[in-house]
Amino acid sequence: MLNTSEDIKVDDETVRMRTENLNAFFGRTQALKNITIAIPKNKVLSIIGPSGCGKSTFLRCLNRMHEEIGGTIKGEIFLGSQDIMNLDPVNLRKKIGMIFQKPNPFPTMSVSDNVTAGLRLNGFRNKKKLQEIVEENLIKAALWDEVKENLNQPGINLSGGQQQRLCIARTLAVNPEVILMDEPCSALDPISTAKIEELIKDLKKTFTIVIVTHNMQQAARVSAYTAFLYMGELIEYGKTLNMFTRPGKKQTEDYVTGRFG
Amino acid sequence: MASIYYYRWRRTKSHIMAALCFASALIALIPLFLIFYYTMSKGLSSINWSFFTQMPKPAGETGGGMANALIGTGILIAIGSSIGLPVGILAGIYLSAHRTTLFSRIVRFLTEVLNGIPSIVIGVVAYILVVIPMKRFSALAGGVSLGILMIPLVTRTAEEMLNLIPQSYREASLGLGISRWKTTLFVILPAAFKGIFTGILLSIARAAGETAPLLFTALGNRFWSTQLDQPIASLTVFIYDYSKAPFDDWNRQAWAAALVLIVLVMLINIIFRIVTRKRYA
Repeated sequence: MLNTSEDIKVDDETVRMRTENLNAFFGRTQALKNITIAIPKNKVLSIIGPSGCGKSTFLRCLNRMHEEIGGTIKGEIFLGSQDIMNLDPVNLRKKIGMIFQKPNPFPTMSVSDNVTAGLRLNGFRNKKKLQEIVEENLIKAALWDEVKENLNQPGINLSGGQQQRLCIARTLAVNPEVILMDEPCSALDPISTAKIEELIKDLKKTFTIVIVTHNMQQAARVSAYTAFLYMGELIEYGKTLNMFTRPGKKQTEDYVTGRFG
Repeated sequence: MASIYYYRWRRTKSHIMAALCFASALIALIPLFLIFYYTMSKGLSSINWSFFTQMPKPAGETGGGMANALIGTGILIAIGSSIGLPVGILAGIYLSAHRTTLFSRIVRFLTEVLNGIPSIVIGVVAYILVVIPMKRFSALAGGVSLGILMIPLVTRTAEEMLNLIPQSYREASLGLGISRWKTTLFVILPAAFKGIFTGILLSIARAAGETAPLLFTALGNRFWSTQLDQPIASLTVFIYDYSKAPFDDWNRQAWAAALVLIVLVMLINIIFRIVTRKRYA
């Protein structure tokens, strides 16, 4: 398989998602070129690369958010054995959650309403169960102890780092299989960043995580695998340790050592 | 030294401009105070309880009230709102969701054109659309003309307020597997509620103050009527009729009605401010 290093075996046991010749466009501009990659199950995959290389676009193809802003996708994207291009995007996004760069809790909703938004707006009404879901997912997102007294306060009254963990709890409540994170820490201070990174290490036990990051130390700290994108192409993909210590391509080496990008 | 000289000159210029701005703000307020002063001094003496509760007296008799005009304005605004608000808000949602399509551009442009059309022309349109087919002046025709008048105002504010909501909230909602229409209805619309509510109240205030489109649609009525297919009284037409009447008492009542109308519009504004402040502190 093109561009996929030999240390990742592609089979249904270890691979949660994979793309086959994925091309993405904004109008006539091509943002991604023939990306073929396997996303390992219950692991963290980092996507790194300079600004404008297509990292975010790649991530937004995986839950078909790319099409929501007028982009087009060509190629195949598999979740398990299903091609997601044949699935209903609304249902797909219940299985593939997304965390954004800027924390975006819903401004008119309380902390607990934010957590349950995905369920409530899709018709789930059992109040007692919803309360349990609030507690369960705030605990999973390592936020419960900080907000348990203020569950009815507006979600936007929390600090930036807390808001981002609230957004994670909101995504977890829908019970996805894969979580996409688009630079989830770049708007946060170092302490909040450390908390989110701890959380990611915890979450990978149950979820498959793909994280886009500008911070190479972060990629090294949290991820088992790293993919390097440049100008819309997948340059190299492999185990994070190998990517940072003995990359196979000159471009990768230049980028991870800070010579460009 | 030169730099200090320039600094002083700059500071003087700044002060002159600030003073000009302040003076302009003051001048802008003068008409408002004059209107208040005149309506108060000429109309306050005619305002009493019976002015609100009684019917107009026959020509020549003094006293009487404008109860029918108050209720008439209420009914006309209710009809206008039931046309103008849903169409305006839904059109605003559409324009905000499809910002760059050709159809949206055309609709947006035509909305602006509609906003600029003199209200008396809108009255003529309502006359042709409703009065002629029904073969009589009616509350319904008046309400339709006010409704048409409200549409562009509500559409524009709804669209602008929805556009102010960051795209990230929409994506957060879609990312949770919430469909587009639920996202708009339960995430975006509540976030834009305050601004849209402002637009709604401003359009109601504008409709309440319109006379021209009512003259040959609702016509006016000296008697009590709440029937939608009959001519109906309104505050503005009451003012129009009474101010040109040859009776001093009627002229005084016209001033009083004008005062009531101004206070009513102000009350709408104040209530909206209190309501929105409480809900979104």
